[in-house]
Amino acid sequence: MWDYTDKVKEHFLNPRNVGEIEDADGVAEVGSIACGDALKFTFKLDENGRIKDAKFKTFGCASAIASASAMTEMIKGMTVEEASKVTNQDIANYLGGLPQEKMHCSVLGREALERAITYYKGAPIKAEEEKIVCECFGVTEKEIERAIRENRLTSVEEVTNYTKAGGGCGNCHPLIQEIIDRVVSQIGETPFERPKLSNIRKIKMIEETLEREIRPALKHDGGDIELVDVVGNRVLVATRGACASCQASNQTLKNFVEVKLRELVLPELVVEEVSA
Amino acid sequence: MKPVYLDNNATTQVAPEVLEAMLPYFHELYGNPSSMHSFGGQVMKQVRKARDRVAALLGASPEEIIFTSCGSESDNAAIRSALSSYPDKKHIVTSRVEHPAVRALCAHLATRGYRVTELPVDSEGRLDLEQYRKALTPDTAIVSLMWANNETGVIFPIEKAAEMARERDILFHTDAVQSVGKIPINLADTCIDMLSLSGHKLHAPKGIGVLYLRKGTKFSPFLIGGHQERGRRGGTEATPSIIGLGVAAELAQKKMDFENTFVKGLRDRLENTILSIVSNTKVNGDRVNRLPNTTSISFEFVEGEGILLMMDEYGICASSGSACTSGSLQPSHVLRAMGVPFTMAHGSIRFSLSVYNTDEEIDFVIEKLPPIIETLRGMSPYWKMGAQACREA
Repeated sequence: MWDYTDKVKEHFLNPRNVGEIEDADGVAEVGSIACGDALKFTFKLDENGRIKDAKFKTFGCASAIASASAMTEMIKGMTVEEASKVTNQDIANYLGGLPQEKMHCSVLGREALERAITYYKGAPIKAEEEKIVCECFGVTEKEIERAIRENRLTSVEEVTNYTKAGGGCGNCHPLIQEIIDRVVSQIGETPFERPKLSNIRKIKMIEETLEREIRPALKHDGGDIELVDVVGNRVLVATRGACASCQASNQTLKNFVEVKLRELVLPELVVEEVSA
Repeated sequence: MKPVYLDNNATTQVAPEVLEAMLPYFHELYGNPSSMHSFGGQVMKQVRKARDRVAALLGASPEEIIFTSCGSESDNAAIRSALSSYPDKKHIVTSRVEHPAVRALCAHLATRGYRVTELPVDSEGRLDLEQYRKALTPDTAIVSLMWANNETGVIFPIEKAAEMARERDILFHTDAVQSVGKIPINLADTCIDMLSLSGHKLHAPKGIGVLYLRKGTKFSPFLIGGHQERGRRGGTEATPSIIGLGVAAELAQKKMDFENTFVKGLRDRLENTILSIVSNTKVNGDRVNRLPNTTSISFEFVEGEGILLMMDEYGICASSGSACTSGSLQPSHVLRAMGVPFTMAHGSIRFSLSVYNTDEEIDFVIEKLPPIIETLRGMSPYWKMGAQACREA
């Protein structure tokens, strides 16, 4: 059974904005019944150019229905410009997260939104000109590139989770890997070592863990710790107060600080003391 | 909320009689059946009794029964034993609709130098025996075909298929996990060499299985260890589970008629009523040669996961062959092998009943399910145009 959040379940059981707007300003249909999920989305603007109403119809699993329901709720009141900035991650976050294997449902929502906006702007939708990479699910190179870029994907499995590409016969796996390698090198990250966290996120989590879990305990003994830098998975720290002169501080760093950080942030982290 | 459990092809409840029979063997009569002392010896007697009971259900003799840990182990033991007993033969014949325990094993063996023929099925899930005959070659080490399909309940002509393998001196194995206890089986009258069964599909606990091995069949153990099971499967006997399975086998035999009258009646009523109330609905698979407890119904233009989760709100337990529930992105391999169209495959729901289901439970499902389908179809972008197309057709 999928581990859906209560919010996903709630939006699935009581979906908002089901239906179709007759005289819509924006219209889009994405996905197909063969692929297992499809979404028809329409929106209507008010006189100030804000989205007054949004409606959807979905063929798909619970998370597809919940994602569409969430997306329509999120964009109400937004200008077209604001709505065009909504990402699939925003939709997933609104629902309190989606299982990895279901992230493609949030991508479907974002795609529908984007196409409806393109339709509204009167720009042509040139889907047929795009190169199809995954024949089974009709996923284009552009869509894959975008998912990699926006969600920092680094493996074929992740690309499948987010776009469905590669989820059928598997013949396109080498092609997807090539796209990953290309995009990842473009965005300046090594393709082989997969950082589960972006650097910014990692440093933030380390800081938070130090603040919440580690500092209070050290302070209790009259000590303190300061984060100097994070280099790859090396966490460089300086000890303060009682810790700075304590013989056992090295033990504390390894057995307490490092253990906590590994547990709560990333198992590969190594804590090193530096004088600063 | 007491569940309305209609997912008995996934697993079944342990029968109260089975549980009761098992309990003493955890804490009072915990002796090892291999021990010399009478404390262990008395357990051996019960294991023997269980073996007799399982043999009776299958129409086999007790020494042909090997207790294992599950159906998958039995499948692995059977197929691997055939290959190592006939090292010169490099060909396996199986079908496209097998359980993963056989299918994934054969796919694995295909990467280890074996040639695997996966026989197709027709739109009703039936095997073509002529095609099967052509697939058998002097190089074939083993045929492994399921007796009844877990998703559709379709029964293969296993006795006939085994006979055709015997004529060519090819070992024949059947995964009978879904059919044992539901349809009468008398192995003595067949040419089946090996058969797998699983305890938890017939009201015994999880973690116990059986490999039937016809007397005189070459065998090479899968689990090498002690002398247990006449050296054919190492490991101390799971005595409570074996004893439980013995009782379950006896119960299954007693209830075989009930299964094929009452349970079948419930299934038919559920199926016929749903089909008549809900439009654009179809049964997957051959309705004639089918297990009495199983029905796979496809609801066009809706997705199975949604149906399951909405039924879950009422405590109704079933399963689906849809992509969203399979963990992969494609609908079940069984429905795909049958060529069920996508509009139907994604919306397939399997109900599998047991002797513990009641008329009231079926009434409850018949009441709750149609509005669920209506709700989901109301949300589906395909529904209106699909229905339109059907009317025009």
